[in-house]
Amino acid sequence: MGFTRFFRRRYWDEERARELDSYLAEEIADNLARGMPLDAARTAAYRKLGNPTRIREEIYTMNSIGFVETIWQDLRYGARLLRRNPTFAIVAILTLALGTGANTAIFQLVDAIRLRTLPVEHPQQLAEVRIVKAPNGRTGQFNGRWPMLSYPLYLKIKEQQQVFTDVAAWGSASFDLAPGGEERPAQAMWVSGNFFDVLGVRAAAGRLFGPADDVKGCAPSAVLGHAFWQREYAGDPSIVGRTILLDGHRFDVIGVSAREFYGVDVGRAFDVAVPICVEPLFRASSGLDKPDLWFLGGIGRLKPGVTSDQASAQLAGISNGILEATVSSRYIAADAKSYREMVIGARPAASGISGLRRSYGDSLNILLGVTALVLLIACANLANLMLARATAREREVAVRLAIGASRRRIIRQMLSESLLIAAIGAAAGILISQWFSRSLIAFLNSDTDRLFVDLAPDWRVFSFTAAVAIAACLVFGLAPAIRATRTSLGAAMKAGGRGSTDGRERFGVRRALVVVQVALSLVLLVGALLFARSLRNLTTLDPGFRQDGVLTAGLDLRKAKIPEASLAAVTQQIVERVRAVPGVRTVAQTFTTPVGGNFWNDRLIVGGAVQKEAVNFNLVGPGYFEALGIRIAAGRDFGPGDTPQSPKVAIVSESFARKFFPGRDTVGQTFQIETPVGEPRPVYQIIGIASDTKYTDLREPFRPLVHLGMTQDEHPGPFLQLVIRTDTVSSATTAALTRAITEVNPVIGIHYQAVRTQIEQSLSRERLMATLSGFFGGLAVLIATIGLYGVMSYMVTRRRVEIGVRMALGADARSVVRMVVREAGVLLLAGLLVGGVLSVYAARTANTFLYGLQPGDPATLAMAMAALASVTLLASWIPATRASRVQPTAALREE
Amino acid sequence: MRLHKIIFWSMPRRGRPPIEGDMLQGTLDVLVLKTLALGPAHGHTVAHAIEHRSEDVLQVEHGSLYPALHRLEDRGWIASFWGTSEKNRRARYYRLTPKGRKQLEAQTNRWDAIVRAVNRILRPASE
Repeated sequence: MGFTRFFRRRYWDEERARELDSYLAEEIADNLARGMPLDAARTAAYRKLGNPTRIREEIYTMNSIGFVETIWQDLRYGARLLRRNPTFAIVAILTLALGTGANTAIFQLVDAIRLRTLPVEHPQQLAEVRIVKAPNGRTGQFNGRWPMLSYPLYLKIKEQQQVFTDVAAWGSASFDLAPGGEERPAQAMWVSGNFFDVLGVRAAAGRLFGPADDVKGCAPSAVLGHAFWQREYAGDPSIVGRTILLDGHRFDVIGVSAREFYGVDVGRAFDVAVPICVEPLFRASSGLDKPDLWFLGGIGRLKPGVTSDQASAQLAGISNGILEATVSSRYIAADAKSYREMVIGARPAASGISGLRRSYGDSLNILLGVTALVLLIACANLANLMLARATAREREVAVRLAIGASRRRIIRQMLSESLLIAAIGAAAGILISQWFSRSLIAFLNSDTDRLFVDLAPDWRVFSFTAAVAIAACLVFGLAPAIRATRTSLGAAMKAGGRGSTDGRERFGVRRALVVVQVALSLVLLVGALLFARSLRNLTTLDPGFRQDGVLTAGLDLRKAKIPEASLAAVTQQIVERVRAVPGVRTVAQTFTTPVGGNFWNDRLIVGGAVQKEAVNFNLVGPGYFEALGIRIAAGRDFGPGDTPQSPKVAIVSESFARKFFPGRDTVGQTFQIETPVGEPRPVYQIIGIASDTKYTDLREPFRPLVHLGMTQDEHPGPFLQLVIRTDTVSSATTAALTRAITEVNPVIGIHYQAVRTQIEQSLSRERLMATLSGFFGGLAVLIATIGLYGVMSYMVTRRRVEIGVRMALGADARSVVRMVVREAGVLLLAGLLVGGVLSVYAARTANTFLYGLQPGDPATLAMAMAALASVTLLASWIPATRASRVQPTAALREE
Repeated sequence: MRLHKIIFWSMPRRGRPPIEGDMLQGTLDVLVLKTLALGPAHGHTVAHAIEHRSEDVLQVEHGSLYPALHRLEDRGWIASFWGTSEKNRRARYYRLTPKGRKQLEAQTNRWDAIVRAVNRILRPASE
């Protein structure tokens, strides 16, 4: 049977009918010719032929594909039913669309960040090369997003390994595209000369780096990322051969990488790649010969037949030799020892390397769980609606069964209705998810931390949505369909929905579904409240410094090429100019601002003994404490008398005083810093105590912190960080500041950030969790409330007669209300009990996201329960009052 | 000579045991093909031709012919067109396609083989 016939079976049927007619005409004519009367001739002809309708039916079935035929019939029937009941259809499709949409959106992120392989040649052969074990940590300077290797270490690994066809290195950096003034940062990548070869990336224009481009003293050359090329140069191929300005240095553009290639760091896209050999251009003292400057990641292509585990074993075997050969001469004995204890290894890297994955992996898992719960609640609700519909169709089903339909056939018919809802819901869900996942990324994105996530849906996303939709359809459609066909025929035909009470058993499933809904939405609500309260705890806690009206300005003086001797003077000049800008109240120099991202820690020598735990440091100029509202609890602030030549002084935090000099007068005490070998170890005298401030993270407790004086710094660098307290933070302020600074020197690069924004960004993960779980929690409660309302009103309708009888026997309106609300209350209570237990367990998995409260926080649990209870009881109040208005006479007359 | 009456079915009817379909159905097909090998004909002619040429031994229920025609056409063994009958009526004519001619040959051989085989069993000694 061909498909062409299937689609034209109506045509063929008509054709056959005509053919049979022509047969009859011939036969009748023959019979007449034989002398039969007309009547007899016709009867004889029909007898000869047989039943024409049956013949046509037989041919029609030959033309149809049985299964497809009936499915199509069922779908059409289902569609008709939905059209007849648009409210149900809209509610069902909308809840499913939201449910599948949310699931798909989160899965899309999981897919993009975690599952997809890098768009390069044979990604399965790639492995990351890194330090896999560092029992006592690593010491040194850490730069970029993935500081796993130093350059000397990389070179040694590349030279000695035997398991990779080759190993490449890459690192992240940020270069300024602007010639001066406010910075235009480009996301840059240091790459080894073999980087593109190892990955098998092709050029979209020009050529990519080869080993010859990455040699000591190389000429500055750059490869552009495809998106950057499109954005900045509108895809103009003539850019190849021209130059681009990076941090004030001219680079020859030699090519553009392939369109799909964004680097190996999933979640970011590089704008420009430069060979590692140009590094000395950007740093005053090159880091290429420093084994304690960690700024590179390693990625290798495994030789055929070698697994990443085997590679890891080989690397571990050569670790000792490599590490021994690269110990930094600046390390003190203890650091050198822990350096030698490290182990080099390999990890599979087919899906790239990602800091984003590391910081958001758990969040995505939790969100996936949350959206799954929302979908489950939606399904429970739909199952309830379907059950109600099935009950309404009881007689219809009974009639069908009675005239010989098989149960399976009826279940299939009812399931195809569910399938229709699920399919439409899923299709709408995919649309919603596209918008949703993009807004999520936009939510996490910021100017200083630009994300790139490829959200084009792939086969994985579509099959996920399809699987979700089918599972949902089975969950909400199968049970009601099976139940509907299990009715006792006689009872259904007789009763016809007019029974005075309904079977308790029949209500059982619906009650259970409501309990499930209440329990699950309690879990979500508790989660939402925990996240929201954690966020609130974090935003309202006192970090120890002023957050509003403070701006930080990062200045890059390298392009100005100021000799070191006059740097201090120029810096002073800039500070004076900024101070004179209208609206500026205070300005101070600093190494880092609290929660600003930079950090510096070192071990102390107190009373001649090296302290085990490292303490945090900052380097601040006069006015820093005033600008950030940090209190000097004892002693004095830095002053003009503290110069590079005067004795070294320090201001320590209150925690520092408590930890190192408990019960003693801290001011006047001294300590030394355990500086690297070859550097002086001056004695610092404590001149003051400042109140505690958070250092790198709002979540951490107050830790000992040492402030050293910027004015005593003997080697001021070309980078300047200013904290500026202003009346208002606006673009007008920053414009005025830029004018003032560029007047000193027009090529100074500047970027601004408000302290408030900085802090908000440090909490973006918490905000994401709180916002999303709040949204989903609300959605869940709404759906559960609708569910309870539905069940209660349905119950009231079905028990109208019973209520009528009760009222006729003397029950008053209030006792009827009480009866209905009590019914709802029992369901609610059961749901809350189950949900309470579940939520305590569920919250434990999210423990790391909480701040200032425990997973089983009783207040949160109580709040969630109270909120859920009041909303659902309110929802049951409406059907209850409706029940109390039943007119006994009217209800009884119906019977 | 006994008169054999063979009725071609595709659906079992109440009260009579269903006749094993495959061989008989195939038989009707080959008869139709053979009839059409003599030249294009419409359904009515085919039915009567089979009856006459078997000297009324094989009485086809004419209705069952049409599903057979439909099936053969579907397989591409015969093709159809509307034409005018001898009595000047519009009728659907069927003709054998080259594919159908090959089939006829194959089916005829198969039939011969079956007949020989059955004969060998029924009259083992007489030959």
